[in-house]
Amino acid sequence: MGYKAKFRVWRGEGGEGKLEDFTVEVNEGEVVLDIIHRLQATQAPDLAVRWNCKAGKCGSCSMEINGKPRLGCMTRMSTFTEDETITVTPMRTFPVIKDLVTDVSFNYQKAREIPSFTPPASVKPGEYRMQQIDVERSQEFRKCIECFMCNNVCHVIRDHEENKTNFAGPRFLMRIAELDMHPYDVADRKDAAQEEHGLGYCNITKCCTEVCPEHIKITDNALIPMKERVVDRRYDPLVWLGNKIFKRSGSGSKG
Amino acid sequence: MEIERHEYDVVVIGAGGAGLRAAIEARQQGKRTAIVCKSLFGKAHTVMAEGGAAAAMGNVNSDDNWMVHFRDTMRGGKFLNNWRMAELHAKEAPDRVWELEAWGALFDRTKDGKISQRNFGGHEYPRLAHVGDRTGLELIRTLQQRVVALQQEDEKLHGDAEAYIKVFQECTVTRLLKSGDAISGAFGYWRENGRLILFDAPAIVLATGGIGKSYVVTSNSWEYTGDGHALALLAGAKLINMEFIQFHPTGMVWPPSVRGILVTESVRGDGGVLRNSEGRRFMFDYIPDVFKDKYATTEEEGDRWYTDQANNRRPPELLPRDEVARAINAEVKAGRGSPQGGVYLDVSTRLPAAEIIRRLPSMHHQFKELADVDITKEPMQVGPTCHYIMGGVEVDADTGAAAVPGLFAAGEVSGGMHGSNRLGGNSLSDLLVFGRRAGAGASAYVDGLKARPAVSEESVAAAKAEALAPLERDGENPYEVHHELQRTMNELVGIIRNAGEVTQALEAVEKLKERAKGAGAAGGRIYNPGWHLALDLRNMLLVSECVARAALLREESRGGHTRDDFPGMSAEWRRRLLVCGASPDGSAVTVEEKAQPAMRDDLITLFDRAELKKYITEEELADFDALVRE
Repeated sequence: MGYKAKFRVWRGEGGEGKLEDFTVEVNEGEVVLDIIHRLQATQAPDLAVRWNCKAGKCGSCSMEINGKPRLGCMTRMSTFTEDETITVTPMRTFPVIKDLVTDVSFNYQKAREIPSFTPPASVKPGEYRMQQIDVERSQEFRKCIECFMCNNVCHVIRDHEENKTNFAGPRFLMRIAELDMHPYDVADRKDAAQEEHGLGYCNITKCCTEVCPEHIKITDNALIPMKERVVDRRYDPLVWLGNKIFKRSGSGSKG
Repeated sequence: MEIERHEYDVVVIGAGGAGLRAAIEARQQGKRTAIVCKSLFGKAHTVMAEGGAAAAMGNVNSDDNWMVHFRDTMRGGKFLNNWRMAELHAKEAPDRVWELEAWGALFDRTKDGKISQRNFGGHEYPRLAHVGDRTGLELIRTLQQRVVALQQEDEKLHGDAEAYIKVFQECTVTRLLKSGDAISGAFGYWRENGRLILFDAPAIVLATGGIGKSYVVTSNSWEYTGDGHALALLAGAKLINMEFIQFHPTGMVWPPSVRGILVTESVRGDGGVLRNSEGRRFMFDYIPDVFKDKYATTEEEGDRWYTDQANNRRPPELLPRDEVARAINAEVKAGRGSPQGGVYLDVSTRLPAAEIIRRLPSMHHQFKELADVDITKEPMQVGPTCHYIMGGVEVDADTGAAAVPGLFAAGEVSGGMHGSNRLGGNSLSDLLVFGRRAGAGASAYVDGLKARPAVSEESVAAAKAEALAPLERDGENPYEVHHELQRTMNELVGIIRNAGEVTQALEAVEKLKERAKGAGAAGGRIYNPGWHLALDLRNMLLVSECVARAALLREESRGGHTRDDFPGMSAEWRRRLLVCGASPDGSAVTVEEKAQPAMRDDLITLFDRAELKKYITEEELADFDALVRE
C-alpha cells in the first residue's frame, strides 16, 4: 500500500528557520518517526530529531504533528489521509536547537528544584512494607516517560516565558504529588508546592492530561488532589491556629 | 576551534542502569564524577527493560536463596559464565534492589507488603522484582532521581549542585586517551553543537550497553552501536565471548516498521503460551536433554505449575531464551509460522482481560497503538529479535577493572557474567551489582594513584582529526553503509550460523570498512545525525568483526551461538574462552583462545554430578568426584 506523502518539516537553527516541503514514501504500518528517518536516509541526512526506543517508552521523540504535541513513534501514518499534508514542528515551549530538537533543560532544572524522596531515618533498606493499594497512586505518576509534552502544552508557560521561573509545570507538580502520596515520604511538600512551584497557576484545563502518551490522569489524580491537600492545610482554621501558636517546624503530618 | 576541557576523578560513559549506579557509587565515595551520555538523561536503553530485576529475596517462595539463583544463572549460560561474577551477582542482587526502594522506587507488592516477585524463563522460583511491565523505567528513574538527590546535597554543602556529580548529556565519547599504559582521559563531542570536549580523568567506567544496531531486526535503540566495546578494544583492552548474542524469542514481527520491538518475557511468565499455525503448543517438542527433568512434558502439568510449583514442573515456554528463540526459528522455517512470519503468543485465552491490562499494561498499549491488536482478545505474532550481547570487556569480577589500568566496565558492555546466554531478569540486577562494583573499583584505583596521568597533546590532536574527518569528506551517505552492515550481520551471523556464511560476512565487513572510511557527512556540526552515524560506524564495524571472527572459531553450539555445521555442545569448548584484541587504529583484530578458570570447590559442589556430567569433561568430572570424596 506504499504511497507518496506530503510532509512539511520545520528546518532551522539559531532562532531562524522555515517549513520545508518534502515528498516521501510511506509504507504500511509506519509511524511519523519512520518517515522522518526516511527523510534522513534519503533526502536530508542532517535533519535533527531526537529518538531512542521507538516504542513509546523513552519519551524522546516529542514533536508537534499538525500542531498537536505527539510522540513521533506512536503516531501512525494510517491516522492521516493519503492526500493530507503532514506538518511536523518542534515543541513550541522550548527553544529550538535545530530542526525538531529543542532545548529541554528547563525540565531538568525544575526536576532539581523538587526536594527528593525523604524516607524516615529509622527504616532500613529491606524493611519497607507497603500495600499494593497504597503504592498504586504514586505508581501511576511514575509511569511518566518524561516526554515533557505536558509541560510543552501547558498554557501557563507555552505562551508566557515570564512564568517559567515560578512554575514547575504539570510534570514536576505531579512529581510533588507522587512524593506526597508515597507511603514512606516524610517531607512536607504542601506549602512549597503552592509558594515555590506554582501549583496555584494551574487552572485545571486538563491540556496536560489530554496529551499524555501514558494516559496518566495528571489533572484529576495528581494536580487536583494536590491542590486539595494544600487547601486543607492552608485554610483549615485549626491548622492555621496551630501554625500561629507553635510556629510549625516544617515536619507536618502526611496527608 | 577551542576544545572544552574538564577535570574529573571518574568519568562514567553511559547513563543506563550500570552507568548511573557506578556514578552514584563513585560520588558516594567522594570522587568528582562525570556522567557522559549520548541521549538525554533518563532515556538510556535500560528504560526499555520490561520484566524485572532478578534477586533471590525469597518474598514469594521462601525456598529461594543466592545458591539457587547462582545455579540457575550458570545453567542459563550453559556453564560458560564467569562463576565469580555469577556468585557476586546472586549474593548481592537483593541488597541492590532494596537500596532502590530506599531511594524511592515503588515495586509491585506481595500481600504482606514486601516486594512482589514474578516467574521468568530459567528461574526456578518467582524471582523478578517488578513494576508491571515497566521495571526498567522504574529503575532508571530511581537512579536518575538518586543522582538529583546527591546534587541537591552538594548544592547545600558546596553551593554548587554539580560540584561532585555532573551529567554531560547528548555528548558522545569517540576515544579513550592513555598516558603510557594507563587511562588519562576521554575525548568526544557535544551532539547539540558539535563542539569538542576533553575529560582529564585517571579512571573511566564504560557502561555503554550493547551492539544491537549492527542488526536489522533488533530490540535495541540507535545508541546501541557498540561504543564501549570498541573504545575498550582501541585502548588495548580485551573482549571475551563476543560470539554469544541473545536473540530474544519474542519481538514484534508486524507491522514492518516495528519489527524487532520487544514483547516482554513476562507474557509467558504470567501464563502466555506459544502456538504454531496448527494451534500446537510446540515448545513441548523442543525441551533439550540438559533440561529434560526440569520442564513439564504435558500441557496439563505445565498449566498446574502456575498455581502449584511444589508438585509440578514449569512449562517449556519458560525455557531459557536461546532455546525458545531457536524453537520459534525452526517452526517458522518448517512452514508452521504465522502469516507475517512469526508464531502466536497468546495470553488472551489464559487470563481475564482486566488482569492482562494490570500485569502487562505496556504490552497492551504497544500492540494496540502500533499493530491494532488487542492482546486481551487475540494472540500476538512474535519472532526472534537481536536483543543482548553476552560478550564484552573482559573484567575483574570484583572491581570491574579491565586489562588497561584505569579502565572499568559494567553492565552489557562487560563480558563473562552471563556466559553463553543471559537469563531474563539477570540484566537489571547485573547493572546494579556490577555498576556499584565498577564505581567502587574506579574510586579505589584513583585513591591508589600516586600521580594523575597527563593527557598528551598528540593524542588529543589525533582524536580531534578522527572526529572531524567525516565532515571534511564528500563521500558516501553513511546510512547506506549502516544498512548494508545490518543486513549482512542479520543474514550471515544471525541466530543460526555456519562457517561459509560467517566467512562471507567477514569479507563483506572488510569491504564495508573501506566504504566507511570514505563516508561523508553533509551539513554542519550542529546536531547532525549523519556525522554522528559516520563516527558510530567505526564502532559497529569493529564489533561486528569481533562477533564474526569469534563465531567462526567456536566450532560448537552453545547458548547464543548456534552453528548448524557444529550442532552439538562440546565439553572441551566449555573450557575455552575466545578473547578479541585489536591495534589502536582498529585494524588487525585478533582472536585468541584462553582457558576458562575452574569453578571454586564450594561452588561446583552446589551442583549434582548428574547435571555436571552434561556439561563438563571426563577429566573435570574426575576432579569433581575426588573433591566430593574428600
